[in-house]
Amino acid sequence: MSTVPATRSAALALGDDALILSHRLGQWAGHAPVLEEEVALANIALDLLGQARILLSLVGDEDELAYRREERAFRNLQVVEQPNGDFAHTLARQLYFSTYQHLLYARLAAGGGAFAPLAAKAVKETAYHRDHAEQWTLRLGDGTTESHDRMQRAVDALWRFTGEPFQPVEGLDAGLGTEADGQGVDWQQLESDWLASVSGVLERATLAVPQGPRTGAWAAGAGRQGLHTEPFGLMLAEMQHLHRSHPGATW
Amino acid sequence: MTGTASHQDWPLWEVFVRSRRGLSHTHAGSLHAPDAEMALRNARDLYTRRSEGVSIWVVPSAAITASSPDEKDSFFEPAGDKPYRHPTFYEIPDGVKHL
Repeated sequence: MSTVPATRSAALALGDDALILSHRLGQWAGHAPVLEEEVALANIALDLLGQARILLSLVGDEDELAYRREERAFRNLQVVEQPNGDFAHTLARQLYFSTYQHLLYARLAAGGGAFAPLAAKAVKETAYHRDHAEQWTLRLGDGTTESHDRMQRAVDALWRFTGEPFQPVEGLDAGLGTEADGQGVDWQQLESDWLASVSGVLERATLAVPQGPRTGAWAAGAGRQGLHTEPFGLMLAEMQHLHRSHPGATW
Repeated sequence: MTGTASHQDWPLWEVFVRSRRGLSHTHAGSLHAPDAEMALRNARDLYTRRSEGVSIWVVPSAAITASSPDEKDSFFEPAGDKPYRHPTFYEIPDGVKHL
């Protein structure tokens, strides 16, 4: 990545997060528990797709980047590529990622750096995504025994992917003047804000904050380096199949 | 469409949206939601995703008392032949808004 300017590298990381999560959420179309929720998830997916298009356009041709890259060239976090699972797993993934994204974009928007205009627009969208995830976590956690158990299993299962987002992203870690010291995103502060927020939601939802490790040596920053989990390849094949079979197809 | 909390368990809500240029909330449709807060969020996703609205009300459908179609004649017909109840004999001054 040394040949790529730092801002392009950061745009790729943030753009891939949005693109991959958008595709995962899009997979709920036709399968969501209720019609109202299906529209809600599709709306969130479209918000993310809009962010991805802007970010990837900063890097190059958006279609080329989305449909022609190999798995190892994607820079998204591993948490966003995790399968939808049941509704609770999807919501746990939403809670973890949208809290992170909202806190990060609020900092970028306030910083006046290269990503400030984009982040200022996206932060309103991510605020809604975060609220949506929090509202559902509260209801499922503090709902029936069945919903409580499923939500607990989901937050436990995805916990090990929640350390990765706080590995500094090249291009966001200096020179943006976003934090008080003017040295870019303060990742430690971001992480402690995230932990406080997510723990607060889980506790209000009568869920136990998972105690396991939030990252392993193998996983720290792995997605950002192009190392992905097994389900990602399958998802990518589905996402890219049409474009690769019929280049330039439109309808 | 599986699971213990089925759609049918959720109450129905009526949605009223005040449009960008409108002065009053108008009925937009209805939806299912487990509670009022979720109904408001669902309404935002279902009825304002193309920037239609600036304000939303949700009301439990069960809280609405509606006139019956059977009472249509006694309710509404007597007004039909009383044109003097309509302010159609006034000239509206220029510059009066919202009429």
